[in-house]
Amino acid sequence: MSLLSKKNMVFLKDPLMDNNPISTQVLGICSALAVTVQLQTAIVMSIAVISVISLSNVLISLIRNMVPSNIRIIIELAIIASLVILVDQVLKAFLYDISKQLSVFVGLIITNCIVLGRAEAFALQNKPWPSFLDGVGNGLGYSMILIVVAFGRELLGSGTLFGFQVIPDAAYAAGYQNMGLMVLAPGAFILLGLIIWVQRTITGTVAE
Amino acid sequence: MANKPRITKAYTLGFAAAVTMVCSVLLASAATLLKERQDQNIQLDIKYNILSVLGLAESKDVEAQTIFDLYDNKVKTFVVDVEGNKVNDRKAEEIDPRAEPDLLPVYARQDGDVITAYCIPTQGKALWSTVKGYIALEQDLNTVKGITFYSHGETPGLGGEIDKEWFTEAFKGKTILNKAGEIVSVEIVKGKMRSDEKNPEHKVDGISGATLTTKGLNEFIKSTLEKYEPFFKTRRGGTS
Repeated sequence: MSLLSKKNMVFLKDPLMDNNPISTQVLGICSALAVTVQLQTAIVMSIAVISVISLSNVLISLIRNMVPSNIRIIIELAIIASLVILVDQVLKAFLYDISKQLSVFVGLIITNCIVLGRAEAFALQNKPWPSFLDGVGNGLGYSMILIVVAFGRELLGSGTLFGFQVIPDAAYAAGYQNMGLMVLAPGAFILLGLIIWVQRTITGTVAE
Repeated sequence: MANKPRITKAYTLGFAAAVTMVCSVLLASAATLLKERQDQNIQLDIKYNILSVLGLAESKDVEAQTIFDLYDNKVKTFVVDVEGNKVNDRKAEEIDPRAEPDLLPVYARQDGDVITAYCIPTQGKALWSTVKGYIALEQDLNTVKGITFYSHGETPGLGGEIDKEWFTEAFKGKTILNKAGEIVSVEIVKGKMRSDEKNPEHKVDGISGATLTTKGLNEFIKSTLEKYEPFFKTRRGGTS
């Protein structure tokens, strides 16, 4: 079986749209609200989540036949927590300013149900390579929503993208105002709700 | 699954111990390897903030060494007590404001042999968090040269705007003393300043939606300035 066979690609593609962890399964909402005020933090958070979720999937898949099932959750958590702390340390060492902005939310990846959810639901039953693809796919699905929400929130809430002003000064002079609601949590909820609506209209899936 | 090991209590315990060992070794080595870099980042951030309020650095996009060299060459640090006397046996960088609230670090900008500006740390409670920052005063110890807040947990976009340039820029050129020479600090008003605002030289525009954050700032900036005032008096040459 080739590494990127059709069957394997499903693991990667499915979570992007039909089975998106945020918009279909509505997991990982907490961090999706917290880090999406600006695009830059959302992207760094996305990269952090993709690396944690794919690595944890691979590691858990590698030991899946050895784990005693009565302590499997705690083992999964130990592995995930170690990976998250590792990512946090690396960010502090190499992207200090961004890690300052992300503050506790990198640490909170531990409690992101997507990571533990994929470990339980997928990695424990599958071989390392499909698990890796599943992890990357779910990570990308999460990131996609995060980035779209962050784009909307930064644009409407601060009038900037990646910190650069995009709404011209003339618009402000003419009475345009940034939407304060967008920088607060409700703004993320509203955008997220709209995204879920649009997505379900396209795919036609309705949760029962 | 044919080779699935038989699960005994001993196996479970052993497995848990092994995973714990591997994880801790991994984390301990990562922490040790990265510590130097992380400490350097923290130092760099602090020194950059001091340089920037003192008007010595404008962008962080330079080599770390440039910042460190600039700091070593241009910034003279010392410690004073609440009566304004120099404390000779302590270094400014070592003072923990919470453990030793009566020791006040001062970071002075030195051009040649003359001190042209003073930078002092300030911190206090705002709405959600402890805000930390630096205030720099000109040679006259009355005019604000700059202000920066480098650590806070205020709401992004509202109270979090205190670390943005548009907000901190407004402090420049404001004065902290009234005509009688008493400390009035610089007050952040609620919303925008009115055109007929009294004493605009002591006031800056507020942030709409962040009244409680700025209220906290007003309080702790003033109390910091009052604490340093005995020292400032000695440096103002007793003229005020």
